[in-house]
Amino acid sequence: MKKIKALIVDDSSVMRRIVERSLRQAGIDLEQVREAGNGAEGLAALQGGAVDLILCDINMPVMDGLEFLRQLQGVPSAKGTPVVMITTEGSESHVVQALSIGARGYIRKPFTPEQVKQHVTPLLEDQP
Amino acid sequence: MNFDNEIAQSKPLLDSWGPMLELACREVFDIMLGCRLGQPAPDETIPLDFTAMVGLAGQLRGVLSLRCSPQAAAVMASKMLGVAVGEKDEQMWDAVGEIANMVAGNFKNKLTGMGDGCMLSVPTVITGSDYSCRSLTDSGTLEARFLFEGSPISVELQVHS
Repeated sequence: MKKIKALIVDDSSVMRRIVERSLRQAGIDLEQVREAGNGAEGLAALQGGAVDLILCDINMPVMDGLEFLRQLQGVPSAKGTPVVMITTEGSESHVVQALSIGARGYIRKPFTPEQVKQHVTPLLEDQP
Repeated sequence: MNFDNEIAQSKPLLDSWGPMLELACREVFDIMLGCRLGQPAPDETIPLDFTAMVGLAGQLRGVLSLRCSPQAAAVMASKMLGVAVGEKDEQMWDAVGEIANMVAGNFKNKLTGMGDGCMLSVPTVITGSDYSCRSLTDSGTLEARFLFEGSPISVELQVHS
């Protein structure tokens, strides 16, 4: 698998660290990790160029993860980039809503590195 | 199921949530911190110096709070991050707030039909013991007490009707 650039969007810096560590434990070779504390910062982080993978929380201040997903559809550099939601909001309606507006996966907190691997690896293998 | 009426009228319903609250706590500590919670002595005093709170809104309304000592909070952050975290480190606040958030989310997802009808606030963390917290709770309180790495901790759910 090639080295990838990832964007992690979560209002908790501790959780961003854990998600990054889980990606590395899943055997994903990270060339670059960008971090954002909410959806608006996530959109701004994408102005620095495209990434190969986005992992995003839902419940965040300023701009939540669902609004981030909606606005992401208007970002040309993010076209085709897989987005996986990682959140405590595990309700069926949240899952359906996230998947309907572009998310490719959904991981409920608490999560294990193995769960991250199961959700993320197939998405990266699909990429050219 | 109408939780509003059931919560207001049924203390047994609230009591039946006790095991789910306990399981929600144990799972979060097991999966995210890699440690098993023990049982504190019945008369053990729970320190109030560090409190993380998450609000619940919608069908289930209330506040979930996690209380512990600053020392225990630092150990939680260290275990989550895999590096030593000091008692003055801001990451300690973030880590304990996130644990409270995950416990609240894990708990509500265990209640049948509640996942869609209940939303969580972002966590708030209070330090120091010289404060009073007055919740408008009127339907009861659940508390689960544990021993975490030798320190007692408490997770409390106050429910509004």
